[in-house]
Amino acid sequence: MSAPSEIRVCLPPHDAVTPWTLASYRERGGYQAWEEVLKNQTPREEIIETLKSSGLRGRGGAGFPTGLKLSFMPRDAQGQKYIVCNSDESEPGTFKDRDILRFNPHQVIEGMALAGYAIGATVGFNYIRGEYYEPWQRFEAALAEARQAGLLGENLKGSDIAFELHSQRGAGAYICGEETALLESLEGKKGQPRFKPPFPAQVGAFGKPTTINNTETLASIPPIIRNGAEWFSSIGVENSGGTKIYSVSGHVNRPGNYEVPMGMPFRDLLEMAGGVQDGRALKAVIPGGSSVPVVPADAIMECTMDYDGLSQVGSALGAGSVIVMDETTCMVEVLERISFFYFAESCGQCTPCREGTGWLYRMIRRIRSGEGTPADLDRLKSVADRIEGRTICALGDAAAWPVQSFLKHFRHEFEAMIPREEAA
Amino acid sequence: MDAPTTVTVVIDGREVTAQPGSMIIEAADAANIYIPRFCYHPKLSIAANCRMCLVEVEKAPKPLPACATPVADGMVVQTRSATAVEAQQGTMEFLLINHPLDCPVCDQGGECPLQDQAMGYGQDSSRYEEEKRAKPPLDLGPLVATAMTRCIHCTRCVRFGREIAGTMELGATGRGEDMTIETYLDGSVDSEVSGNIIDLCPVGALTSKPYRFTARPWELFSHEGISPHDSLGTNITLQTAHQAVKRVVPRNNEKINECWISDRDRFAYEGAECDDRLTQPMIRRKEGLVETSWEEALSEAAAAMRQGAEQDGSQLAALIHPMSSMEESFLLQKILRGLGSDQIDHRLLERDFSDDAVAPSYPGLEVALSDVESLKGVLLVGCNPRKEAPLLALRIRKMVERGGVVGLLGSYAPDLNFSLSAFRCVTPADLPGALHGLAKNAGASDSGAQAAERDGLSGLLSEVGDDGMILLGQSALNHPEAGTIRTLAARLAQQTGMRLGALAPANSAGAWWAGAVPHRTAQGKPAKTAGANASQIADLNLNTVLLYGVESSIDHSDPIRLQGMLDRAQTVISFSTFRSAVPDQADIVLPIAPYTECSGSYLNCNGTVQVSSPALTPRGNSRPGWKVLRVLGNFLSLPDFDYDDVAQVATELGHPPGVLMCAANPEIPILGHGETASTRPDDRFSLVAERSIYQADPIVRRSRALAKTRDGSSEAFCRLHPEDLEAAGLAGASRVLLVGEHHQATLRVTEDSGVARGSVFVFSGSVATAGFGGDSAVRIRPVT
Repeated sequence: MSAPSEIRVCLPPHDAVTPWTLASYRERGGYQAWEEVLKNQTPREEIIETLKSSGLRGRGGAGFPTGLKLSFMPRDAQGQKYIVCNSDESEPGTFKDRDILRFNPHQVIEGMALAGYAIGATVGFNYIRGEYYEPWQRFEAALAEARQAGLLGENLKGSDIAFELHSQRGAGAYICGEETALLESLEGKKGQPRFKPPFPAQVGAFGKPTTINNTETLASIPPIIRNGAEWFSSIGVENSGGTKIYSVSGHVNRPGNYEVPMGMPFRDLLEMAGGVQDGRALKAVIPGGSSVPVVPADAIMECTMDYDGLSQVGSALGAGSVIVMDETTCMVEVLERISFFYFAESCGQCTPCREGTGWLYRMIRRIRSGEGTPADLDRLKSVADRIEGRTICALGDAAAWPVQSFLKHFRHEFEAMIPREEAA
Repeated sequence: MDAPTTVTVVIDGREVTAQPGSMIIEAADAANIYIPRFCYHPKLSIAANCRMCLVEVEKAPKPLPACATPVADGMVVQTRSATAVEAQQGTMEFLLINHPLDCPVCDQGGECPLQDQAMGYGQDSSRYEEEKRAKPPLDLGPLVATAMTRCIHCTRCVRFGREIAGTMELGATGRGEDMTIETYLDGSVDSEVSGNIIDLCPVGALTSKPYRFTARPWELFSHEGISPHDSLGTNITLQTAHQAVKRVVPRNNEKINECWISDRDRFAYEGAECDDRLTQPMIRRKEGLVETSWEEALSEAAAAMRQGAEQDGSQLAALIHPMSSMEESFLLQKILRGLGSDQIDHRLLERDFSDDAVAPSYPGLEVALSDVESLKGVLLVGCNPRKEAPLLALRIRKMVERGGVVGLLGSYAPDLNFSLSAFRCVTPADLPGALHGLAKNAGASDSGAQAAERDGLSGLLSEVGDDGMILLGQSALNHPEAGTIRTLAARLAQQTGMRLGALAPANSAGAWWAGAVPHRTAQGKPAKTAGANASQIADLNLNTVLLYGVESSIDHSDPIRLQGMLDRAQTVISFSTFRSAVPDQADIVLPIAPYTECSGSYLNCNGTVQVSSPALTPRGNSRPGWKVLRVLGNFLSLPDFDYDDVAQVATELGHPPGVLMCAANPEIPILGHGETASTRPDDRFSLVAERSIYQADPIVRRSRALAKTRDGSSEAFCRLHPEDLEAAGLAGASRVLLVGEHHQATLRVTEDSGVARGSVFVFSGSVATAGFGGDSAVRIRPVT
């Protein structure tokens, strides 16, 4: 068996020098797909069909088929439509979009242009996490290059096609990664999710039909159009086409971003990242960012990294943010930190999340400080259950799932922190 | 293919028919199936943030909010299943963990949706053992008390401000547990409909400041009333305990006020409850006014009136406040006419009566209040609906939200809660001319040259076509050439097909129909002689004068002339609710009860007669006005005064026909109005005087809470265009002296580029400014 290796679709090759420049991107075949569309006025349906058969699914966490999402846009609707790129990457453990923007900004631009064209949007916005200053600068520089080269603007390459793109920096709220909260923030309002329906495809940015996709999703589009749907789907596995960037962090020897085919066994990914630090034993992995359920070592080691594989072990691919924890990890402390995050980042709009996240955090903090009571564990589970599925957006679920899964797999660690005389 | 007109859903096993697109909660409400809720309100946008209305929907993987889930044909909904109830109980638990549970000291206790629903969905003790959140109270001004720790963040108050009132005064700042409802930049809540957030708040976070801690809801008795402070006929419920009105809350009437009332409707009761009430008849003796019996007071009044009427009735006159009920107006005019005098009028602030002969039966709106929001446009003429009839402004705002347009022809830019599409700012003197220009243009065919001449208002009129309304407000109706304005407006309405409305104060419509005008008796029948009108009465030398509910120093277009008339009169009979409203010249004082203690009918601006019932028995020895007048009629031995109750009076008066403003023949000559702006003859400034919202009548004037609001601020001020101030060498002055013919006053001055050049804006209705009533222009001098 050969050593596992990367296949780079969204990230530039390792040997590319200054890969963020237009010249470097062009050397890799960049903007061929967009120029082809500008020249041939490719029918919009054709692009959407290609994306549908490529098996590309949303890389932001939910995994919704991208072609299908683009086809939801009311194509015959008159008036302005928008394509929005969600680069508000804020899920703890996730740092893939940062590298795409830093090293391959033009591919995001081309992806947005193609997706915008496919849905009939002449304007796009890239909403970039506020803390990503350098990636934002790179993206802005790329925008300037693309405008200069006549790849963005009006009457592109002599056609009647127009596409303009703007970037917008966030102000540091996790919730703005939720697509409707992102739209509110983009419009200059307080970032809090909208109730759906109406969905953004009907009423989106500034009240106009809007499609929102993750940075990695959009960056996948140009190579798919260039190389064909079959090329992409053949890289991955059944039901999970293409490559996926995993942000591997935690107790590994070589943390970082690894772009590999969908369906790679976790075992291989761990090997690529240099294995568990200091030769210790693996305890557990959060495979998709802090919100998805934790998976104990024995289960994850037998698991493949794709939508179905992770769902079989009761977790999710999420944004591909693999947090590796070795045997020295205190799971109570980890959950305390995760719960604090969701408590601090709840927007406060709807009741279960506003009131429940603080309750969860305070109970876990109390247990960790040795002031827990035996009733706390069932109460934790019950409060998490009362948040899950009851909120306007998915932040409630994101706060509940870690609590539920940590208790399911590591209840003994929590029990051990509850004073004995109380436990008796 | 037609969309189905209805869908059928099954809620708790019952088949319910619903409109496609409506929400589960609406279908359930219609079928009387109760789903708990906090943030949902039928008049506000859907927020779906409280999560109390979660229900189980077949095939849905998780409970769904009934307020935000549209019905679908064949949908099966369970509101009381184990899943639904568990979800509702879960939400209730979350709502209560940080709620102080201080019901025993909370004003909302006993009428609190949170308390009520906690009984149904809460547990008897809390599982929450952590520290509770606390928030400092907010200062929202004199009307709304706050206890923000109790807030459950349903955002009803925020949505009311943004969607209904059109004011961005409250918002939700902060996130997570720190989310707080507060005013932006520490502003206060100054809107004229702010009290509605008290009703909307489902917990005790926002409560009524004047009512606070004075009664418990279970002690209150409710009485159905009509608010008499504007002409809308707003339906209110007066609530009493311990022989006092404790508060006023809205009574739903979709045709009139929906579920809202203005702050004036809500807090004016404080005026009726004040210590300034008259409780005993009084009569002038050597030592001054002394208390006496009704018997004696009425017999002296009758004697004085008979004496006044001895020759031909011309020695007897009466002024009546338009806030009076129809029965009061009717009986007072019946007495006067029984004694041979037609000198009665309620149009206290008006100055031009030249079109009396062709006036409609009563002033009103040809468009039903509930239809205003469906119009394409409204042309306001000298009108600030926000302050004159706040709930009408909400209707106009709804129209604007739906794409309607509003134009304003006036002398200053009011702070409206909807946007104006066109605004023409002219001095009061130029108002008739500008309206004449509009009417002329509207009648002309649209040749190129004329089209070029059209200003924003003409353009607006052609955009609106016949689907609009021309609305005359107090600046038009109280204008020195109001007759011309009314005629021109009627002509414009005929030419454009627009409908016409006149926003006369209070129960003016009722007073007209009851015959409290000099030229017509009840039911619009012509009077024998056209007696002196409200303005002419002030010039007469009278034997006997009756002031009915009129505070003579304020409630007249020219109080100085009125004072002279009272000085000259032999006997002044004052029917008054308040001691301080009795003029110094009064010889006989008859204490009449305010509307809170009387039964009476009110005719609203749409021609609807509504009956207000008494909430209390009259205080002390005061009596309902209609009873006083009925007995006075007996003392005068006038025929047909043997009414057993107020309903008999109303029956005799009958119901008026619908509003028809344009029935009048607009063929009276219009003289002397060119279309060009007149030049200022001298250095005087045109006086733009408006009655401020909380100075409308003697009752509202005495509401302590309203007096503390920004609109009720008693400090008199004036507003001038900054360039005018500069030209007059007064730039930067904080106070100026306004000099009229018989009156002068030092007022705080504010720069306001919305005021027409050559004009000065003042609020009338205060003692400092009422004296300018006779002036149409004043000089402005520096304060030395």
